[in-house]
Amino acid sequence: MEENLNKHSNISAADLKRLTKEADDEATPSSAKIIWNEFRADKPAMVALFIVIAFILFVMIASLFINTSQIMQTNIMNYNASPGTSGFVLGADSGGRPIAQQLIVGARNSIGIAIGLTIISSTFGICWGLISGYFNGYIDWGMQRVYDFMMMLPMTMMIIVLVTIIKNYNAVTLTLIFSIFYWEGTSRLIRSRTLSESEKDYVAASKTSGTNSFKIIFREIMPNISSLIIVDTTLSFAENIGVETGLSYLGFGLPIQTPSLGTLIANANDPNNITQYWWTWLPAALLIIVLCLSISYIGQVIRRSADASQRQGTEN
Amino acid sequence: MWKTILRRIMIMIPEVIILSLLVFLLAKAMPGDPFTGSINPKADPAQLHHLMKLNGLYDPWYQQYWNWVVHLFHGNLGNSYQYQEPVTRLIGSRAVNTLWLALFTTILTYCFALPMGMYAAKHEGKLPDSIIRVYTYVTYCIPFFVILVIGIWIFGYVLGWFPTTGSISSTATPGIGSIGSRFYHILLPGILGALFGTVNVVQYLRSEVIDAKRSDYVRTARSKGVPEKDIYKHHIFRNSLLPIAAFAGYSITGLLNGSLFTETVFSYPGMGLLFINSISYRDYTVITALVLIYGILNLLGTLLSDIILSIVDPRIRIE
Repeated sequence: MEENLNKHSNISAADLKRLTKEADDEATPSSAKIIWNEFRADKPAMVALFIVIAFILFVMIASLFINTSQIMQTNIMNYNASPGTSGFVLGADSGGRPIAQQLIVGARNSIGIAIGLTIISSTFGICWGLISGYFNGYIDWGMQRVYDFMMMLPMTMMIIVLVTIIKNYNAVTLTLIFSIFYWEGTSRLIRSRTLSESEKDYVAASKTSGTNSFKIIFREIMPNISSLIIVDTTLSFAENIGVETGLSYLGFGLPIQTPSLGTLIANANDPNNITQYWWTWLPAALLIIVLCLSISYIGQVIRRSADASQRQGTEN
Repeated sequence: MWKTILRRIMIMIPEVIILSLLVFLLAKAMPGDPFTGSINPKADPAQLHHLMKLNGLYDPWYQQYWNWVVHLFHGNLGNSYQYQEPVTRLIGSRAVNTLWLALFTTILTYCFALPMGMYAAKHEGKLPDSIIRVYTYVTYCIPFFVILVIGIWIFGYVLGWFPTTGSISSTATPGIGSIGSRFYHILLPGILGALFGTVNVVQYLRSEVIDAKRSDYVRTARSKGVPEKDIYKHHIFRNSLLPIAAFAGYSITGLLNGSLFTETVFSYPGMGLLFINSISYRDYTVITALVLIYGILNLLGTLLSDIILSIVDPRIRIE
């Protein structure tokens, strides 16, 4: 290419290189670079990013070395052992099960479900919103009625009823049940954005030149609202951590043999535990708070970087 | 205006019918039955069959559904298997507790959120604004049940300021005493709910006020020499208040969904706790009734908000 160009023009290779470099410098930086700059400008955001990544990695790796069925065996001898006693870093619960190991496995389960739920429900919500927003008219009307109906359902109650119906459910079925009910927020956001996007000229031009509708939706509109999608996905990830843990707390999430941050907090339902044996539930509660705050802070930073007028990171 | 409301209600009717059918079928699909656990384990299986038959639990589902709907229109939701009491009376006594708590929380939320939103907008971009933004952001992203558990631990158990269970203390005297005791029991869940539920109202009010600050009528008022305090009080706040009122409907729906958690943590005998208990007893009649009531309340809350919004903002009205 370079040689070919040189044959027909009198620009030297060195000049071409210099010009390319200048053009690159002046061009708008890629969105990944903008986000990275934003993180570098905001020290707390770097800390939050570090906490989340390090914690998820730690939990995923550490839980590989923990035998869940072994730690979930009841051992009366260690009834509510206090933190620091032989082999119990964070003490034990009323069944003599070590809290620290439960915390690691529980955090892995809760984060895993939250990730799964975010992926499934966001994908579905994004597709729903894009299609509903792009095809105005009857399709949109019908899809909006389904949306209205889903919004009217008392979500937590419906999930509890479904969980009771399904026998022998596990993390996967639980994630699927949650996903049925948690796509509305995303779909609404994406729909309203798609509505305004599909009135723009480039969509009209594509339509006139006969481009396939689905190609317009997924290859043209979707990339243009990708920053919104990224922001929304991060923020809903933080919310989804609360979904599974909340249900597990009520006793309708993961089964009791499977530790989760929610079942650990449910230890606090016992007045003895909540007053005397704080180590059985407080670490899990604090962990959820730190995780949710960090993740949604990251979401806030990404949102800021998507909006040029709010950016703090300077281009360098 | 009336067209909008009428059309909304027309859409609501099929939604309620589908919900009732869905709920009924799901409750029927739950494993187990309401009698096996509650009767003496030595009970004769034949007697169990008799009970099942008597309660129509062997009928085909459409027959059962039809009976249920017919009874529903007579104001009869059946008997609770667990409490041996008409469901309407059972839920009625619990609903009062839940609704008081929801109402109290909503009022408190507005008491906290309105000054915050106004103050943040008045000092837009300055320190108070950022503090309030951080506050709403922090309260928004922590799961509410964690806050409740930590709240009841600190203020209920460690400091002992607030009661930790029930809706009324057993020693309360009738009259003023019992009202006081009831109020004392909803105080902590109400305050926690309000402190951690301000985000929507604060952000909406803030952006409304900031928009109003730059509008022409405010500039006119300023150039006439109206004092800054009066501009906020009479011109800006009045105009921003009505859209904010519309959030009351949404906020009550949110509180109802949160009532499952609030009432479990505080052992507060409302509809949410009743639901959790009924699930483990397979108390079909109560479960179906509660899901239906929550669904309808959700609808009405959204409808209320939409009506207020359409009064305020003519653009959303349907012609």
